[in-house]
Amino acid sequence: MTKPDYDGPILEIDNLSISFFTRLREIPAVMDFSVTVQPGEAVGLVGESGCGKSTVALGVMQDLGKNGRVVGGSIKFKGQDLGQMTMEELRNIRGSEIAMIYQEPMASLNPAMKIGKQLMEVPMIHQGMSSSEAFDRALQVVTDVKLPDPKRILNSFPHQLSGGQQQRIVIAMALMSEPSLLILDEPTTALDVTVEAAVVELVKDLGKKYGTSMLFISHNLGLVLETCDRICVMYSGEAVETGRIEDVFDKMQHPYTQALFRSIPLPGADKNSRPLVAIPGNFPLPHERPKGCNFGPRCDYFEEGRCNASKAIPMAHVEHGDRHESRCLRFAEIDWDALPVAAKKKEKGAIGEVVLKIDNLKKYYEVSANAIFGSGSSKVVKANETLSFEARESETLAIVGESGCGKSTFAKVLMGLETATEGQILLDNKPIQDIPIEDRDTKTIADVQMVFQNPFDTLNPSMTIGRQIIRALEIFKVGNNESERRTRMLELLDLVKLPREFADRMPRQLSGGQKQRVGIARAFAGDARIVVADEPVSALDVSVQAAVTDLLMDIQREHKTTLLFISHDLSIVRYLSDRVMVMYLGHVVELGTTDQVFAPPYHPYTEALLSAVPIADTSVIKKHIVLEGDIPSAMNPPPGCPFQTRCGWKSQVPGGLCDTEMPAVRQLADGHQVKCHLSDEKFAEMEPVIKIAAE
Amino acid sequence: MGTFILRRLGQMLLTAICLTFIVFFMTNLLPNLEKLAKTQGNFRMSEEAVTSWLGDRGYLAPLPYKFGQWVGVVPGWVTEKIDDDGVTKVTGRCFLPNTHTQDRSRFCGVLQGHWGTSTVFKTNVDGLVAKRLAATGKLMGFVLLLMVPMALIVGVLAGMREGSKLDRTLSTFSIASTATPEYVSGVIFIALFASSKFGISPLLAEWGWIDTKTLLLGSAKQAVEDATFRNFFLPVLTISLYGMGYIARMTRASMAEVMTAQYVRTARLKGVSFRNVVMKHALRNALIAPFTVIMLQVPWLLNGVVIVETLFAYDGFGRLLVQAASNNDIELLMAVSVVSVIVVLVTQLISDVGYVFLNPRIRIS
Repeated sequence: MTKPDYDGPILEIDNLSISFFTRLREIPAVMDFSVTVQPGEAVGLVGESGCGKSTVALGVMQDLGKNGRVVGGSIKFKGQDLGQMTMEELRNIRGSEIAMIYQEPMASLNPAMKIGKQLMEVPMIHQGMSSSEAFDRALQVVTDVKLPDPKRILNSFPHQLSGGQQQRIVIAMALMSEPSLLILDEPTTALDVTVEAAVVELVKDLGKKYGTSMLFISHNLGLVLETCDRICVMYSGEAVETGRIEDVFDKMQHPYTQALFRSIPLPGADKNSRPLVAIPGNFPLPHERPKGCNFGPRCDYFEEGRCNASKAIPMAHVEHGDRHESRCLRFAEIDWDALPVAAKKKEKGAIGEVVLKIDNLKKYYEVSANAIFGSGSSKVVKANETLSFEARESETLAIVGESGCGKSTFAKVLMGLETATEGQILLDNKPIQDIPIEDRDTKTIADVQMVFQNPFDTLNPSMTIGRQIIRALEIFKVGNNESERRTRMLELLDLVKLPREFADRMPRQLSGGQKQRVGIARAFAGDARIVVADEPVSALDVSVQAAVTDLLMDIQREHKTTLLFISHDLSIVRYLSDRVMVMYLGHVVELGTTDQVFAPPYHPYTEALLSAVPIADTSVIKKHIVLEGDIPSAMNPPPGCPFQTRCGWKSQVPGGLCDTEMPAVRQLADGHQVKCHLSDEKFAEMEPVIKIAAE
Repeated sequence: MGTFILRRLGQMLLTAICLTFIVFFMTNLLPNLEKLAKTQGNFRMSEEAVTSWLGDRGYLAPLPYKFGQWVGVVPGWVTEKIDDDGVTKVTGRCFLPNTHTQDRSRFCGVLQGHWGTSTVFKTNVDGLVAKRLAATGKLMGFVLLLMVPMALIVGVLAGMREGSKLDRTLSTFSIASTATPEYVSGVIFIALFASSKFGISPLLAEWGWIDTKTLLLGSAKQAVEDATFRNFFLPVLTISLYGMGYIARMTRASMAEVMTAQYVRTARLKGVSFRNVVMKHALRNALIAPFTVIMLQVPWLLNGVVIVETLFAYDGFGRLLVQAASNNDIELLMAVSVVSVIVVLVTQLISDVGYVFLNPRIRIS
């Protein structure tokens, strides 16, 4: 099939409304949504979960399922209305003219079909290629997405590749027949930051090479800044602001956009002097939207009788900027340059005595190499290698690293879910590394508690919130009778700023942020002194993240808690931690105060991590470092320095030391240690990764 | 892979020993032995007569010793008895009466290839079991040939568009077929197809479409020797329908789940036609779960055919099992249990190995 030449917008979505129909009611998912994508342009679609951005993507694909239907407006692709097409015509467009890249690469590839076959299918359907031509084409595209050893990859099954490689395959599949429009639905959410940076770079390059237009859906403003030309911010089913990236980022004209930017930790934010401003309230459910402006109830500029008048608010043109529009009645009246009402400055808690001391901790796992047919040979996974550090009272120590670096293993050993292979964990000078959680006394268990990543799975769905907290109190032997515990439970709800009525609610009635608050209340039920927070906000929406982090900080100030904050999100780490520990393949590669770690000299891995994190600030200039390849498997670590396979500085070390020798721990400054072979001169040469451009 | 199969074989052996020992223990309980003596000898035997009948035939030896004889690691019993005429008669487990001393073998158990003698059928157990097993095997083979494709087709068709009219129709059909016991459906089929008074046979005969009185036969007695469509189709259909519903439901659930998977959406949005989405992308993934169920059906068929074999007078393994059990025919029961264990474990082995081949994620990791 030849593709007709066409100039004019690739995609025009005009006043689109999409609803889902359930037995009870019609649920509008997208309302009055318009966007235009010009040839070669990349448009970002940003919003929190449930705002309808993925529905727009599926609407373009005309794949809304049984319950979804377009109820108004039109979607035109190269001037043709997609809604009027027959199944046959749609099939011809799907995959050849419009292709899609999905959020979870593993789930999007057929587990029982070889990669090659899945790729070859596309040109065989659309261009009628023979299988040998299609194979050549697949080989070429796989080479284009920079995968090593393309022939072997084509001949493997999806599960044999890493997450990053799978996502490259999904991208390759989308590019097989050079589509005019590429829809990317959160393409990097499931990936690690350094892998994400490489994938984003690849998408940008390929977009240029093939001249593809892109619709980039994401909740990450920083990522959109790096990839797109234009942006469309969505809130609760509506586009609230749209325009060029520079206009929207620097001269925003909608209160929601502004609130969103104020709630994400940008390089200038500080937990004590300039705390984040959380958006009050919760995201409205689709059938509980307020009258008038959807953002009204959470908006600082809300005006009674005007913003909640019952008529819908239209998109309005903004004077400056190119096609810059805002869905706000008051945007012309608001002083956009006014600084946020400075939230109360908070006193930094004084850092106290050492409460937790880790000394040469090692954790090895033995795994049999072939689990099913048990051939007997086993391998040792070195999940933690000689961890040594201290944590003090009311200190926040961040543990940073990508998946597989051993940060969760450390948390397990500390909690007593696993016992250490070697070394010591001293809690108040008492060794606890060999005591599994069943044998720990109540005091120790209550002292060391955890806040989990996913609040949705950690609450018992059939027990009320109050009951679950009381249960924790019973376990920690707090209170002498039921009524004392109930009083304490209500106090805990106050502590995490949840209304007391919530005691009788079931977990399903709570939003994600509220559930995480319950998780925090439970962790503090026995007055925990050390709290391990394992990615406590990464499953939450941006606007809720700020509120939950602030809560954690407040409790910490009050209770002098030691917080071990495990995260891969360097922006939030920089914002709230006192000291940072960077881990890679079980090793601590860098440890120091936040300022030391976030300024040169860096460990090369820290440098790459910093460069990989997308920052939603147009004034930030970043040094561009893309790591090649994937994180090596912990089962089969490289010899010498664990980072040598991906290190950009390796050539600066004479004598091939990196290949052969594990670097020793070096003190660069007081309390700043690094595991690296680089010479002091080289360290002195390093430039900062993040610079704020002078305006 | 080799070690895996070896381990499975070892497991099979161990299970077989344990299970046969339990059966041996149960059948050798004294009341069961007394019953055996009375049915084999004389119903009006006195207590002493029973004891001596049992003692003469080695039944009163300690249980492990008897089990050892059956296995073939302990010498068989030998009884010397002087009868009323003063002649010494020597009987033994391992030889016929009047065998010369030198020709008497000492051991005769399963290890030596002797499965013993059936007390009901008065013949060698191994020959009997082999013959009956072959008959049931033939029945099972035809059942699987009919049931599996039918179940998979019904399941896939129902699952590929969940909630559609086709799905509801087929689901109702498969639930109804599983909910109808074999003795009900069997009788209905006989009435419909194999009766000269009711059903369609009189009509067809009247119109001259069939030469015989009935379309199909209600008895499968001859099918053991010479199976034809006419005498064999009804028992096969009866079992197939009953077993089909279950597999079809499993396949449907699996298929419906796969059809909502993200990779199916990927395929659809690649522009693959619905037919190819189902055939190329969904089918193989959807068959992984039902495959195990199908393999589990085989042992169920082996023992579950009792009713149908009785209904259609088909001399197969199921009827043998019933006769052996009701007559406490120890050695026949032992052989039957060994066969059952082997069939169960072999099908499990096939199911595991086949699962590995269907699911590449397990094959290579």
